[in-house]
Amino acid sequence: MTIAENTASDVRDVIIVGSGPAGYTAAVYTARANLKPLLLAGSVTAGGELMNTTDVENYPGFPEGIMGPDLMENFEKQAARFGTEIQFEDVTELDLEGPVKSVTIGTGETFKAKAVILSTGSAYRELGLPNEKRLSGHGVSWCATCDGFFFKDQDIAVIGGGDSAMEEALFLTKFAKSVTVVHRRDSLKASKIMADRALAHEKITFAWNSAVDDVLGDDKVTGLRLKNLLDGSVSELAVTGVFVAIGNDPRTDLVKNVLDLTPEGTIAVEGRSSRTSLPGVFAAGDVVDPTYRQAITASGSGCVAAIDVEHYLADLPA
Amino acid sequence: MSNAKDVTDASFGTDVLSADKPVIVDFWAEWCGPCRKLGPILDEISVEYGEKVDVVKVNVDDNPAIAAEYGITSIPAVYLFQGGEVKSTVIGAKPKQFFEKEFADVLS
Repeated sequence: MTIAENTASDVRDVIIVGSGPAGYTAAVYTARANLKPLLLAGSVTAGGELMNTTDVENYPGFPEGIMGPDLMENFEKQAARFGTEIQFEDVTELDLEGPVKSVTIGTGETFKAKAVILSTGSAYRELGLPNEKRLSGHGVSWCATCDGFFFKDQDIAVIGGGDSAMEEALFLTKFAKSVTVVHRRDSLKASKIMADRALAHEKITFAWNSAVDDVLGDDKVTGLRLKNLLDGSVSELAVTGVFVAIGNDPRTDLVKNVLDLTPEGTIAVEGRSSRTSLPGVFAAGDVVDPTYRQAITASGSGCVAAIDVEHYLADLPA
Repeated sequence: MSNAKDVTDASFGTDVLSADKPVIVDFWAEWCGPCRKLGPILDEISVEYGEKVDVVKVNVDDNPAIAAEYGITSIPAVYLFQGGEVKSTVIGAKPKQFFEKEFADVLS
């Protein structure tokens, strides 16, 4: 086989980067369109954010709810059923300009495709305090389902006021003696049903209008220094565990110098489409969404990306 | 889940602290999703670097004493021991290349 033939046959129709609801939905649709997608799922992040959740109660079609990891396993099976090639590898480099895109993974191997769908999701936001990093793994955590176990009968804090924070707080009541929710405002951003559950829970109390000024402790967390945002007063909260749930940042490291981003830091797409600033490059899921960030909206946007790719490939000169 | 050897509260001294080779210890639990992702990666490291390092795992559910001794409150937690002392720690599931870089002193 000559080099030219080899190169041509190696160019796929579409590569999908990321394996949350957006990536897998894009895979289901592009596979059913016979585009033989390659999905690069990530070695340890496969399945995305839902892998660290417990009950998902708002994904339509599951009236009794479903566990996050089970839902993602279903997604994966459905994508595989229609012929998606799934590799549990991490993408380290993207070359997205020109008609043939290159995607390099951790092993150094490079794949080529006419179209790429980016569904890289988002990463946990950190408080940005030096002691938070130092005490990470010694009382500071981002995963209640992983680490709640270590805080049996202890006093712990959850930072944040959204749905994720309420879910963490409610989950942690199974283990903790008390859970204090530390929130910058005087009301919760979480959905009504989650907020009401947390507000009514006897083990959960709230530190309103409060920001974390510092995480205290030598080898392990012993408390938080809180700053009241209304009057500037500072107080200490004795806790041995701190769960940070203050939101997520879109994962755009690989593309931030290549693709246009929005002021919020997400990948900019054209209107309701998934088209980015480069032809043949599409984006879906949390990485394009600063607002809704639900499993179902990510799925919907993965479907949009798949159909956009179909149209793009159909319109390419033969 | 990793195929690495199970080390317990009872065997930690012999298998880890007094081991001749450096030992990578994977603190994990059944109910920890990221731990399940990490197992196969540490298996690969065990196969590839088996001459230089031992890879073992500690189930924190069954062996709370060791986890408590090292103040572990987040899993997966991967500790590198050498000569009975902690040389390096990695918290959270990371790709293989991350460990190769982080533990380069003993792996390369």
